This record gives sequence, C-alpha cells and structure tokens, in this order.
Amino acid sequence: MDMALDLVAGIGRATLSLLRATGAIALFALSGLSHIVRPPFYGRVFWGSFLETGFFSLPVVALTALFSGGVIALQSYTGFAQYHAQSAIAGIVVLAVTRELGPVLAGLMVAGRVGAAMAAQIGTMRVTDQIDALDTLSTNPMKYLVAPRLLAGLVALPLLVLIADVLGVAGGFLVAVVKLDFSATAYITATLNALKAEDVTVGLVKAALFGFLITLMGCYHGYNSKGGAEGVGSATTSAVVAASILLLAFDYLITDLFFSH
Amino acid sequence: MTDAPPKIRIRDLHKSFGSKKVLDGVTLDVAQGTSCVIIGGSGSGKSVLLRCLLGLMTPDSGVIEIDGENILSAPASRRERLRGEIGMLFQNAALFDSLPVWENVTFGLLARKHLSRRNARTHAGEILTQVGLDPSVGDLYPAELSGGMQKRVGLARAIAARPDMLFFDEPTTGLDPIMGAVIDGLIVNCVKTLGSTAIAITHDMASAQRIGDQAAMLYQGRLIWQGAASTLMESGNPYVDQFTHGRREGPITMELRR
Repeated sequence: MDMALDLVAGIGRATLSLLRATGAIALFALSGLSHIVRPPFYGRVFWGSFLETGFFSLPVVALTALFSGGVIALQSYTGFAQYHAQSAIAGIVVLAVTRELGPVLAGLMVAGRVGAAMAAQIGTMRVTDQIDALDTLSTNPMKYLVAPRLLAGLVALPLLVLIADVLGVAGGFLVAVVKLDFSATAYITATLNALKAEDVTVGLVKAALFGFLITLMGCYHGYNSKGGAEGVGSATTSAVVAASILLLAFDYLITDLFFSH
Repeated sequence: MTDAPPKIRIRDLHKSFGSKKVLDGVTLDVAQGTSCVIIGGSGSGKSVLLRCLLGLMTPDSGVIEIDGENILSAPASRRERLRGEIGMLFQNAALFDSLPVWENVTFGLLARKHLSRRNARTHAGEILTQVGLDPSVGDLYPAELSGGMQKRVGLARAIAARPDMLFFDEPTTGLDPIMGAVIDGLIVNCVKTLGSTAIAITHDMASAQRIGDQAAMLYQGRLIWQGAASTLMESGNPYVDQFTHGRREGPITMELRR
C-alpha cells in the first residue's frame, strides 16, 4: 500500500515539476518574443548571434547533409534494386532531404553546437553577476541577451537548411552518378520531377521552429543556471537534451499536420 | 544637525528564502555625500540587502526610500530611471567578457544614449585614466587583465555616468593588501570627487575603515551596531569586537558541521 502511494506521489511530483517547467519556459518564450518587436533593438548582438548560429555552423551542417544524402542514395539503392525500382532513388533522396533530413540533422547539429554554447555563455554571465550588471546599467537582459538570439535562430536555421537541402541532394547525386553508374541527366530530371515546393516550404517552416526552440532552450537554461561551474555544465547539458527532444517531437507533429493526409 | 532627509532611508526591511530569514527588520539611514560600510560574516544578508537596494531582488516587506521616495512602490519606469543614478562595483567586477574594456566602461552611457559609439572610445580612455589605468587598456578584453585591473575597470564602469549613488560589493576581495589599499583609495577619491553617496559591503576591516564614514554590522539579518567607521575596532559591542578582531571566542558562534 505504502509503495503504491509512494509511486503515485512520485508521479504527481514529476507531473507538477514538468508543468512548472513548461509554464516557466512558455513565459520566458513570450517575454523573449515580445522583446523582439519592441525597441531598443541590439543589431550588433543579433548580427553576432546570426553569424554564430548560421555562418559558423555551415561547415558541420554542410558535411552532414552531403554525407546523409549519399547514404540515403546508397541505402535506397540496396533496397530498391531487389524490386528493380532503382529509378525511384532520386525521388527518395530529394523527398527525404527536403522534408526530414535537412531540417532535422541541421537542427540537431546546431543544437549541439550553438544551443550548448549559448547556454554556457549566458550561464557563465549569470553565475558571474554579468546579467545583474546589465540590469544595473539600464539594459534589460531579456532584450539584450535573449531576444537577439531567438531572432537569429529563427532567421539563420531556414537559410542553413536551404543550403543543407541543396548539398543533401548533391550528395545523393554524386553517389548515384559516380558509384552507382546512374546517368547524370536522368538523375537530375528525376530529382526535379519529384521536387515539390510544398516539401521545401514545410522543411523551412520546420527549420524556423527548430531554430527558435534551440535558441530558446540555450537561453532559458543558461539564464536560469545557478551554482557556479557545475550549474553552467548542467545548464549546457539540459539545453542540448531539451532542444533535441523538442526538435524531434515537433518534427513529428509538423509532419503529421502537413503530410499524414 | 540637519533636517535634510537622508539620501537613502531603509526601514524595517524583511526578506526570507523559505523558512530562512535573511533580512529581519533592517533599518538604516545614509546621509547625502557620505559613505556607509556594512560589515558582517558570510551569509549574514549583506549581499541580499545590496540586491534589494539595486532592485535586483524584491524584499518581502519594508521601505527603501531614495531622496524621500519609496522605490519599492514606484512604477517600473521610475525604478528604471533611479537605477541609472546608481553605479555598482561587483565583487568579481562582473565585466562583460565578450566586450573590450572601453565598451565595458561606456556600456551604461551607450545604453542610455548619452554617448555615441564614435566618441565612446575616447571617453572610456578619460575614465580609465581617473582609475589609474592607461587609456590603451581600453582595447584589451577582461580576460587579459589582472584581478586588480579588472576591479579598476569595474570601478571605471561604475563611475562612468557620474552616479548619485555608488554601491560596492566586497571591493577588495581577492586582492593583495597593497592592491586592496589602492582600490580603496580610488573608491574614496571617486566618491569625494563625484559627491556621491556610497554603500559598501565588506568583511575586510582595513578596507571598511578606509572607505567608510559610517559603519554598521549585520548579524543574522539584523543591524546590531551602527557608528563611525573610525570606531569599528573599539566599538564596545561584543559581536562587533569579536568580528573585527577575528576572535574565535565570543557571542558569534559559527555553524560548523562535522
């Protein structure tokens, strides 16, 4: 009986904790979004965050997309060859890359790279009183630290994913033409035939949402970190884990919303 | 005696975290143009008191008046303006490590648009000179500075807007005695030059006597003694005497865990 009560109490505590965290994150996100549209605007901070999120993530996202496109081509060839359906490979690659692999892999790479860095940077600022110092210097930390980063995530991720889409398809093309002896012209024609504007658009919508979620998690966990170096470390881990889980969950929801019917 | 109201007036300030009372009815007056040093052991509530004064923390009850105006009941925009009249030197200087020194020093002025970026570098050089640093330091980043230089830059940032009030959180912690004395000298000089009202919290007795006109001791969330800073070492209060002389025996018992 006691064990059952303990179990129920444990579930209750976990539920309350989850609801509290969800509420706190929602309020933090609303506050950050409201500061995006209200002056003063910190263009230099935005530009720095944009470069960090977009430009400096380009090499890792580009390589990931290139190799993933190649792997899809190889794997689908292995499977489809049994049914003499190799001609579908170009369509599979472009569909997989634009709908899923581009946004999801770019998102995960950026979550690991930028989300962690944001949490560590803002977390360090929190535990070394730099955020309090901002307050004393007539600067709202949400406006100066959080809003420009959220906006940078919203803008940079779709651009990154657009590049990842092109490189992912290029990876598939290279493998198909160089290794699997496909005709380059036929592969490109099949790719263009399979390519739909809707797939790319939904991929970019996903990317914008992922960019927002990644920067939100980085900022939220960094902003609320406490307890010195250990606290900053925990904030960094939490930011990456939470961003990755949210990203995959929202990926499912958006896919279900747009493509299930 | 003067009838002028104190610059800073604190009445019956309370702050608790859960069941732990950190401030338990603090009452203090600081006259215009004077320096008040608050001493006390770790965890006595000094930093919480300073955070309440800065508006970084909201007390549970009590009154904080600046020039006769209760800032706790003032609208947010007014509190924001009042904050612009305060310069703060944090314990570890709290310099923004992503910005060069010159931008750290002029950050508040740039934020309030009192200065253009074009003129900020030169202005920062002038302020750095006031705290005994070469203007060329302005191009360095905080990580390239020693602890003493960081404190000086923190002081430069605090005085850059020529504030009415200056707050110092453990200004000499982590510095060698000579550098501590140098920083104290700079603080006294800045306070006198600007005519500011200052509050410093510290547990460095030499620093407390150099900086303060008045002194007060915070113990278990209450101010148990107030007097002239020059009388700190012979206050006649057993708690203050034990603390200032660093005696193990006395009314203050440290909570130690085996």
